[in-house]
Amino acid sequence: MNIIVCIKQVPAKDAPLAIAGNWIRESDIGFEMNEPDSYALEEALRLKEKHGGEVIALSLGPERVKQTIKEALAKGADRAIHIADDNFAQLDPLGSAKALAAAIQREKADLVLTGLQSDDHGFGQTGVLLAGLLDRPHATIIMQIEVTDGKMKLKRELEAGWFQWMECPLPAVLSIQSGINKVRYATLKGIMAAKKKEIATITRESLGISAEPTQKIEKIYVPTKTKKTEFLTGAPKEVAAKLVEKLKFEARVI
Amino acid sequence: MKILVATELRQGKWNNASFETIVAAQQIAKDTSSSASALVIGKSVSAFADELATKNVAEVLRVEHDLLEAYTPDGYCVALKQVVESAKPDLVLFPHTYQVRDFAPKLAAMLGKGMIGDCIGFRNESGKIVFVRQMFQGKTAADVTFTGAAPWFASFQSGAFRADLLAAHPSGKAPVNSVAVSLSAEQIRTKPLELFKEAKSAVDLTQAPLIVAIGRGIKAPENIPQAEALAKSLGAEIAASRPICDEGWLPMERQIGSSGQTVAPKLYLALGISGAIQHVVGMKGARTIVAINKDSNAPIFEIADYGVVGDIFEVMPALTEALEKAKSA
Repeated sequence: MNIIVCIKQVPAKDAPLAIAGNWIRESDIGFEMNEPDSYALEEALRLKEKHGGEVIALSLGPERVKQTIKEALAKGADRAIHIADDNFAQLDPLGSAKALAAAIQREKADLVLTGLQSDDHGFGQTGVLLAGLLDRPHATIIMQIEVTDGKMKLKRELEAGWFQWMECPLPAVLSIQSGINKVRYATLKGIMAAKKKEIATITRESLGISAEPTQKIEKIYVPTKTKKTEFLTGAPKEVAAKLVEKLKFEARVI
Repeated sequence: MKILVATELRQGKWNNASFETIVAAQQIAKDTSSSASALVIGKSVSAFADELATKNVAEVLRVEHDLLEAYTPDGYCVALKQVVESAKPDLVLFPHTYQVRDFAPKLAAMLGKGMIGDCIGFRNESGKIVFVRQMFQGKTAADVTFTGAAPWFASFQSGAFRADLLAAHPSGKAPVNSVAVSLSAEQIRTKPLELFKEAKSAVDLTQAPLIVAIGRGIKAPENIPQAEALAKSLGAEIAASRPICDEGWLPMERQIGSSGQTVAPKLYLALGISGAIQHVVGMKGARTIVAINKDSNAPIFEIADYGVVGDIFEVMPALTEALEKAKSA
């Protein structure tokens, strides 16, 4: 079973965000693998261990995303494709998906996996759009995958604690829910082995994708507060005493 | 401009987020002198269509087919593409549900269009609609606009508009029109099977008057007893944001948020929770929200009544002690 996992590199969770127009200043911050995508990668590796085949990590973005690609290779992906694009933060969801779909079409993949959404843009559309562009069946928010006889039985998460089983033929596209598995760490051996693995770099332009966006992020900004927060300050003991006072006599909830 | 809201039924009942989206459509229609209509889709939905017709909408579209009895992304995309092509709306609005996330971006793409998903509001800037959505897990907001020609597709986050503001139809009833769609079984490639609930919920957090919730800031499972001690001194239930349950540190049934439970307690004490959208939708209805977090920019402070910027490992024990003292006083 050959699997392509789409992996995005995003600003590190604790990175201070300096807003610059409709994106952030990238110069002083660290980046990491988008956490939802790390679950998709783990699921791909587990499916490969069970059913054989290869896992290809696919990432779109500037040169810096190579670091995340190397991490995927160190964890066990067999090879990687980097779609180089310095301007990718400005792409709309459809534009990103078109580039990814064009690269996927060059491969013979039985399954394409994505994380549910990215921790930066948070569009949450890539998997569904890929299914449309590749004309493959899809399912989202997947919590379990069982493969038998060329088709899959999937556990899909619904809202409010409900789940649903479903059947989906292969080839297909799935977006994976966080928490589906326990993500592995790269081993030293894996890190060494990754150095010999292939990273094929192609430019987005060479894929012949029109960059005409359907939407534009005009600007980003710190949200305006909807509530007046009363901040309590002081030493921990002092803050605790103030808070108990507030909860008891002002909010009257205890 | 013509606005069309795609409503959603969940297991034979309204998903209430549908009405919130109609309210959004009514407000956009009012601001832009547009008309708002709504559609209902399923196998046999005339009762739901009639109910929608009592709301302030220009028209109700009834989209029925035997193959639309159970939701499938293929079935919905094929059917709704035909509805959009025949009804020709300029703006198609959805509630941002798990089901909408599963098909709506593809529907838009089938028509060569894009979708702005998970919006929390809109502004009318001289006829151009600016959609507001969150980015970076709620740390920033973003103004987003459509660049190409209509139809445009957008979804609104649950709770972004108030369903109780839904206006009734001024003259009693809007016309209900049936839209015929052609759909064949081969076009539907996935097969939905049984629905089920995982955990026999030992606790119903929706009934808890006081909740202490932990997030990533708790750092390790060894630290959870400190939060539990605090919960105990308050007489509160313990709950968590998704990552804590993903890690298996607390059972899934204690998860608050879009994939967990939605609660509205008297007091919600958030410890080391940043306040990502997926969590906030599950607790923003709480009467009093207290947030303790080391990051003063954490989005949880947007909605907190009382905030403490500090180390939860210092504040938790101090607060437990202060509560015990208050009890014995």
